[in-house]
Amino acid sequence: MLAHIIQNLPQVLIDGLTLGVVYAVVAIGYTMVYGILELINFAHGDVFMTGSFIGATVLFLFMGMGFLTALPALIVFLIVIIIAGIATGLLGVGIERVAYRPLRRKNAPKLIALITSIGISFVLEDSVRFIAELKTGNYIVTAPSIFNHRFTLSAHDWFPFFNNATFQGSFILVLAVTVVMLVSLDLFVNKTKWGMAMRAVAQDRDTASLMTINVNRVISVTFFIGSALGGATGVLFMIQYGTIDPYIGFILGIKAFTAAVLGGIGNIRGAMFGGVMLGLLEMFAAANLSIITHGAMGAEYKDVFAFIILILVLIFKPEGLFGKAVVEKV
Amino acid sequence: MKLKKMVPLAAAVIIVLGLISGCASNSGSSGGKEVIEIGSQSPLSGSSATLGDAIRLGAQLAIEDQKAAFEKKGFTIKLKDLDDQGDPKKGVANAQILASDKNVLALVGHLNSGVAIPSSEVYEKNNLAMVSPATTATVVTDRGLKSVNRICARDDFQGPAGANFAVKTLKAKKIFVIQDKTAYGSGLAEQFRDQAKKLGAEIVGYEGITVGEKDFSGVLSQAVAKKPDLIYFGGVYAEGGLIIKQARQKGFNGPIMGGDGLDSSSTVQIAGDAVKGVYLTSVAGDVTKTEKGQEFAKKYKDKFGKNVESYSAYGYDSAAVILKGLMNAINDNDGKKPSREQVEKAIRAVKDYDGVTTKVSFNDKGDNTYAKVYIYNFEQAKYPPVQKAEISQ
Repeated sequence: MLAHIIQNLPQVLIDGLTLGVVYAVVAIGYTMVYGILELINFAHGDVFMTGSFIGATVLFLFMGMGFLTALPALIVFLIVIIIAGIATGLLGVGIERVAYRPLRRKNAPKLIALITSIGISFVLEDSVRFIAELKTGNYIVTAPSIFNHRFTLSAHDWFPFFNNATFQGSFILVLAVTVVMLVSLDLFVNKTKWGMAMRAVAQDRDTASLMTINVNRVISVTFFIGSALGGATGVLFMIQYGTIDPYIGFILGIKAFTAAVLGGIGNIRGAMFGGVMLGLLEMFAAANLSIITHGAMGAEYKDVFAFIILILVLIFKPEGLFGKAVVEKV
Repeated sequence: MKLKKMVPLAAAVIIVLGLISGCASNSGSSGGKEVIEIGSQSPLSGSSATLGDAIRLGAQLAIEDQKAAFEKKGFTIKLKDLDDQGDPKKGVANAQILASDKNVLALVGHLNSGVAIPSSEVYEKNNLAMVSPATTATVVTDRGLKSVNRICARDDFQGPAGANFAVKTLKAKKIFVIQDKTAYGSGLAEQFRDQAKKLGAEIVGYEGITVGEKDFSGVLSQAVAKKPDLIYFGGVYAEGGLIIKQARQKGFNGPIMGGDGLDSSSTVQIAGDAVKGVYLTSVAGDVTKTEKGQEFAKKYKDKFGKNVESYSAYGYDSAAVILKGLMNAINDNDGKKPSREQVEKAIRAVKDYDGVTTKVSFNDKGDNTYAKVYIYNFEQAKYPPVQKAEISQ
């Protein structure tokens, strides 16, 4: 039994890491907004989905114009991801401006903003579905496949107790791009003036505004960055899995949110760690659950397994792995 | 300031107006003739819209073909098409709508077994006859409902037929089975598994996936590690296409087999080149093989500008069986509009109807005694696949 699990480990790690970094970047969007507004922005999963659709549209346009053969795939990819990132960033700012800011100005209870975000999520899902099925009547979009070169990681040669693992070119791309995004975000938040302003607003909005910080602008910037990262991840998701539909944001959003809670909501490094951990747990469960339980529980219980771990962590550390226990301000 | 308040007001007015005009109904009789409506329920939006739309268009074509014959008798027949979204809740809600419309005497319906099962409880209460072109789960007709009929084969025929082909023709000794936990997918996978076991193949794994997810690498790395000769998938193309693609990425080059849920052009679109070497069993025959079928395909293309899907002809035949039953019921009722009970009995009594793709005679459960299972293989990455075998009961 154990031998079997160990044999598969390299493949599970690769697959889990791919899924995990996607969760991680989406989780950052949840955690940043929560850190600043104490609002769980449920529309974020659908911003991610919209990003993947914008990316697919741009990619199809490029294909129509023949760019895909004229330019190296990597450059096309960078253009696509930047366009999708900027577009979803603006979408995020727009959502904040239209849906959340008016509520905040009227000092509406936080619950109202939460419900609004669920509403926005439905609006996004169905508008994208409407547009996607205009032409074909079928909203599952299959993206042109790029970076589908297959690599074999010859783990077996180095450690004879491992099986070889295979992965696609897109895996390296997803990993590299997300790591770049995560590192630059971390630098941005911790080393720049804007990052300092964001941290100040997160700590105490009223005091920050007394220190000549334009709170609304900081919130806009936060939404822009969170949504742009989410949208860019949508593009990565499309390239990795090839197929997208308007409902991918829901399950993925819930899981990314969970990852944010696991890492300690409001903490950016926590969200990164939580995402990767959740991805690995899920993939490990999918591959090994039936071996561990001797067929009593199949791969379909992978989410149950992952969430049991989550509950266990939260029982012993309710503030999340990286969160700080906050003393209630009176 | 006033203008600011006007904007939401105007928006509200527009929405209300839109709703009213959208709801404007067009019921009632037209031109002094009595209206008879044939319902249709299939997913017109959502992940199986390609198949659902084919059923609706097929039914529509049948109705238009026979419109004239019914006009002579003094009836106008119409299609009332509803979108069940592949969702049981929506299917039942639509069933109530159809049942409450007195002009609806029968319906062509349901692509998905999971939707047909609860919805048919409503039809049964209202004596509304249903003829399904595509629901293959055994329980659909095994409940012995008077109103439920189908013209396609059953899973306990489709699954075993697939297993026979996999074990005997493809010589698969180790088989890994994946199913999507729906009534259709798990039913088919179980039937396949049991028959394959009986034939002496070893089932090296039986796993479930969640509909709507995109990443199946966990299950597939488990599958590939067990080095099976064949992977069987019980489910629909949205997940099936991805499973095929991801299995090939993991280096699995053996045959992958599935049920009629993979019988769609979208499978090829999603899986791309990986689809080569995929086998599928389908309850739908290749219409382009017969002259009658080719003629149908041409007419369909002219009318709707789309190529026939696997279930287009089944939608057509389902509606045609209903119309045949309806015509018999009208004749038995001295040319007056028959009641739902009469139509229900007349449809069940249809014998040896010779349709575009299949002959139809219903047995006492509502299953078609002429139903066949066909085995296809994707030799190229294009739809339709090549028909390999034809198995009758």
